[in-house]
Amino acid sequence: MSSTFETVANIIAETGDIPHEKIKPESHAIDDLGIDSLDFLDIAFAIDKAFGIKLPLEEWTQEVSDGKATTEQYFVLKNLCARIDDLVAAKGA
Amino acid sequence: MHLEYFQLIDRIVELSLDDQKIRVEALVPKTSTVFEGHFPGYPLMPGVLLIETMAQTSGWLIIAKTRFERMPFLAAVKGAKLRRFVTPGEQLSVQASLLHEGSGFAVTSASIKAGDQAVCDAEITFRVMAFPSDDFRAQMQATAERLVFPMGAIVNG
Repeated sequence: MSSTFETVANIIAETGDIPHEKIKPESHAIDDLGIDSLDFLDIAFAIDKAFGIKLPLEEWTQEVSDGKATTEQYFVLKNLCARIDDLVAAKGA
Repeated sequence: MHLEYFQLIDRIVELSLDDQKIRVEALVPKTSTVFEGHFPGYPLMPGVLLIETMAQTSGWLIIAKTRFERMPFLAAVKGAKLRRFVTPGEQLSVQASLLHEGSGFAVTSASIKAGDQAVCDAEITFRVMAFPSDDFRAQMQATAERLVFPMGAIVNG
């Protein structure tokens, strides 16, 4: 988990030009870090490449739109990292 | 090419879903109202239209990948380099390869050559979503026919 967070934090800092010290596991990518949807595509691209996965952004967005999930479930970084770990584990299964 | 109508590619020459690559031809017209302003007495193909040409080429590759189910929309252009002037009447070869197919987005690497000379290149990001309407999709399919889109490549690919 910590290594996943470090990788994601590095990607966000570099891609979003956000100071590293602002990026915490409790940070909400959109509400706290101000990452917009276009910047998030860059971040998703980098995360997909770094972990060899495909973040299901469309599915997540649809769930949020339908009221079946909150943005916190996917875009608070510790939750995002947990999803990434799940996807990596599913890939290896 | 028909610059005024944003018809920037003429024919799809190669399309491979296995290799995730496409190559198209584009002939810069000898005359166009665009050249009256860009520039008076010194006609040059505008760089933004060269970028659009790379984007359209990439777009057909993405449409092929989704088998005409989804439409790519230009979202970002990175590292665009315009390496030399392009003048009326030049034959261009445009290539694109898929770098990544994400969820709701795709990234390509594209370039244009004139003969063996590099003209321009860029990394291009697209949002990829369902066609906004059936009419739009039908229009794209009609355009595909004009471009000699190799339907066999997506059936067998």
